[in-house]
Amino acid sequence: MPIFTAGAEMKAKQLLPNLNDETIAKMLSVIGAKSIDDLFSDIPKDLKLTRELNIPSNMSEMEIERHVQELLAKNYVKPTLSFLGAGAYSHYVPAVVEQIISRSEFYTSYTPYQPEISQGMLQSLFEYQSLICNLTHMDVANSSMYDWGTAVGEAARMAFRLKGRKRILVSGNVGPERFEIMKTYLWPFDVQIEVIPYDKKTGRADLNAVKSRMTDDVSAIYVENPNFFGVFEDDIEDIASIAHAKGALLIAGIDPISLGIAKPPGEYGADIAVGEGQSMGMHVNFGGPYVGIFAVKGGQEIIRQMPGRIIGMTTTKDGNRRGFSQVLQTREQHIRRENATSNICTNQSLCALAVCVYLALLGEEGIKNISKRIIATSHYASKVLSEVSSVEAPYFEGSFFREFTAKIKRSNISKKLLQSEIVGGLDLSRFFPELKEVYLYSFSEIHSPEDIQKLADALKKVKS
Amino acid sequence: MVYHQAVWDEPLLAELHSKGKIGITLPSYKQIDDSRAESLVPKKLLRKDVKLPSLSQPEVVRHFTKLSQMNFGVDLGPYFLGSCTMKHNPKVSERIASNQNFSELHPYQDEDSIQGILQIFYELSEMLAEITGTSRVSLAPAAGAHGEFVGALIIRKRLQELGQLKERNEMLIPDSAHGTNPATASMAGFRVVRIPSDKEGLVDVEALKKVVSKKTAGIMLTVPNTHGFFEKNIREICSTVKEAGGFTYYDGANLNAILGKARPGDMSFDIVHLNLHKTFATPHGGGGPGAGPVGVKEHLADYLPIPLIKKGKKYSFDYNRPKSIGRIKNFYGNSGLLLRAYVYIRMFGKEGLPKIAEQSVLAANYLLAKIKGEDYIPSHKTKAPVKHEFVVSVKNLTASTGVRAGDVAKALLDEGLHAPTTYFPLTVEEDLMIEPTDSEPLSSLDRYAEVLKKIAETARKDASQIFASPKNTAVGRLDEVKANHPLTLTLNWNKLVK
Repeated sequence: MPIFTAGAEMKAKQLLPNLNDETIAKMLSVIGAKSIDDLFSDIPKDLKLTRELNIPSNMSEMEIERHVQELLAKNYVKPTLSFLGAGAYSHYVPAVVEQIISRSEFYTSYTPYQPEISQGMLQSLFEYQSLICNLTHMDVANSSMYDWGTAVGEAARMAFRLKGRKRILVSGNVGPERFEIMKTYLWPFDVQIEVIPYDKKTGRADLNAVKSRMTDDVSAIYVENPNFFGVFEDDIEDIASIAHAKGALLIAGIDPISLGIAKPPGEYGADIAVGEGQSMGMHVNFGGPYVGIFAVKGGQEIIRQMPGRIIGMTTTKDGNRRGFSQVLQTREQHIRRENATSNICTNQSLCALAVCVYLALLGEEGIKNISKRIIATSHYASKVLSEVSSVEAPYFEGSFFREFTAKIKRSNISKKLLQSEIVGGLDLSRFFPELKEVYLYSFSEIHSPEDIQKLADALKKVKS
Repeated sequence: MVYHQAVWDEPLLAELHSKGKIGITLPSYKQIDDSRAESLVPKKLLRKDVKLPSLSQPEVVRHFTKLSQMNFGVDLGPYFLGSCTMKHNPKVSERIASNQNFSELHPYQDEDSIQGILQIFYELSEMLAEITGTSRVSLAPAAGAHGEFVGALIIRKRLQELGQLKERNEMLIPDSAHGTNPATASMAGFRVVRIPSDKEGLVDVEALKKVVSKKTAGIMLTVPNTHGFFEKNIREICSTVKEAGGFTYYDGANLNAILGKARPGDMSFDIVHLNLHKTFATPHGGGGPGAGPVGVKEHLADYLPIPLIKKGKKYSFDYNRPKSIGRIKNFYGNSGLLLRAYVYIRMFGKEGLPKIAEQSVLAANYLLAKIKGEDYIPSHKTKAPVKHEFVVSVKNLTASTGVRAGDVAKALLDEGLHAPTTYFPLTVEEDLMIEPTDSEPLSSLDRYAEVLKKIAETARKDASQIFASPKNTAVGRLDEVKANHPLTLTLNWNKLVK
């Protein structure tokens, strides 16, 4: 009986170099086994699968590419006429970023467990951490979390580890998915999460409510700036002071690309800053992979409670050359096991590299330019849209950065806009039932005045 | 010598900074006036100054290209990092994932405009359910450890519903487990109870029986285990835990070894997570992103994270899952990796997937047969074949020459061979954990074996040569004390650059 019978129909054989019968026979003879089946003799017979898997037949590379491209063509995509944001932002991704992260020395490497042969990724991650610190004015950044939402979850857990108090306050205008993730992450701790109402007029956190709820049994308060409605939290420094006066921490959610023009969290009293790096060098990719920013203020006692990998600079043992390696690993699961600060193992290195390349391209002038362009574009758009009779924009009065709320008195607006080949803003009533007919529109440097005009024209066409 | 990694004294970005340079510019529009931008920010929140390194585009490209040359990926050579499954990443997946119809697809678009990707993800979850022998699969977790967290929370939620959460707070975890297992259990609020291994490197079933009790929430088991062995008593292990009222969790980090040969669901596991970046060859990206889908049997399907994808007249998200553990990740998971895994699975199909298991097991047994001996001692005396990976100890070499497992690892680097996993599992002293994978040609297996032999010989002749390695990498051994000492700890460039 031949050892291998699949023969010609085995289309993925280009990926398996030792598939021919001769090679297999040679390898088996070195092992001292009669057949490949012998190598699976340790699996109890009654547990072996005696049938083929019920999945489709194999495909050649050409077939699979065509098949998947055809499926993907069923999606509707037109980024310059998409005005969805809400945590996933279409920006221009410079060609350099894609070229660099496509270098297979980077993308086909694993976690840099052997630093001597992985200096490229290690230095890049050290630079990423440094850039995040410069941008946020926080003291220490880790080398990334899965995304913003999980960074919020980990930040809340970290706050609880540091403070041990049973309550965590969350502003009612933070990203609803991020809030849900925080709940999931905190659930095993039996911590009480309390939502602070937002001001229905401005869209900002209600400062009086923060004051009245902040007591000395609170571990932390989580506030986003700008918040989910796109609105700046003008009073965030006061919120920090209120929290600190009671010994609680401020966890600030940030939009990093706003920091070319907006005050960094390290300057308004944030103890932990979390955010989404996707807008800096990554496409929206249907929601992932993204990169969670995680940075802290404070000394060793704080740093040692951080989750995730951290890269440090050192020298070679002879002291002659600079080098980089993973540090403070005694916090991590592979050393501390059940006493680790988190179970996180995989991070988002390649995405952190994308952020690093992106920020290197921008530099001081570039980050200011892009922050300015985004805020100027969104304000231009709000003016253009507010001239459409069915649109009230912005709905919330607070100053906004890239996104603003718009009340549009038309039903089923998203589907109708799609007929004009436009991907409209997010229907906020999906997450905030009180915000009927209120939408969240997002703008960036990719939107030209003509794109915005097309949106306005399409909105005008939609009859009630 | 066949390998010399590039050595660049590449400065930090901040050291390359020169004021006034820029690497990317913006279009200008007469309608959009950037100069009024500052007036749009609340005064209290206006930023005074930004310090970032400024470089021109060619300088940025050179910087990162040089850095890439000081990094080793599987496209350069063998990367037998045990348990990490560093195999070839098909390039067609990269091209597909770069298609704008995917890359520019927004997660909150109307379902009518995302039917293509929903179909792909629905089919992927169905195929993963079939491969693992489970009923429903969530694609949400971003990594293996994230999937473990989901699994542990599902157990917690079910116990809560049964009113048993208070008394059942112990998670059983073998001593050979990945560190993520105990870390996960504790993150989900369980107390970890360690189960020892027996002489054959398997779960000590008698020891297990002694600790199983009314306090048992469940067991987290990696199969094949980190010694590279299939747990032949798996039925008994699962039934022991289940009869005591506990749940069985399968850590699928090593699923590549049994693809199409056996299924965790048929072994009576309740919950399985997979590492798509391992078994299904999505690139590891220097430590991530990954993806860690979780499959469960029918009785736990209600607890999976939201949302799932359902198929009716069209594909749609299902958020109406009141018993769910909730949300675990923004949007739907690491979509880019899910797409690549779909491509990989469809390419191999039902004919090819079992070949992945066969080829990885064949390669592991071959390499073990080539190297085992006094210098590289198999972790356990057993007649059982290994699965996709194996563990050897160099304790003899350490005793006679002082050369430790970590030193052998460094010497391998000098030959252009990435080191195996070292000092793991913790159950074996001075160990190397080697996983040659399904995509490594016989010639590199032979060379790896030769180099290991040569390293042992060199160690006996002149151990100082081994201690001096690596010499052919971008840097030599690093000062880990300096790297970690509170006085010298340097976590960003701010102290170095003015």
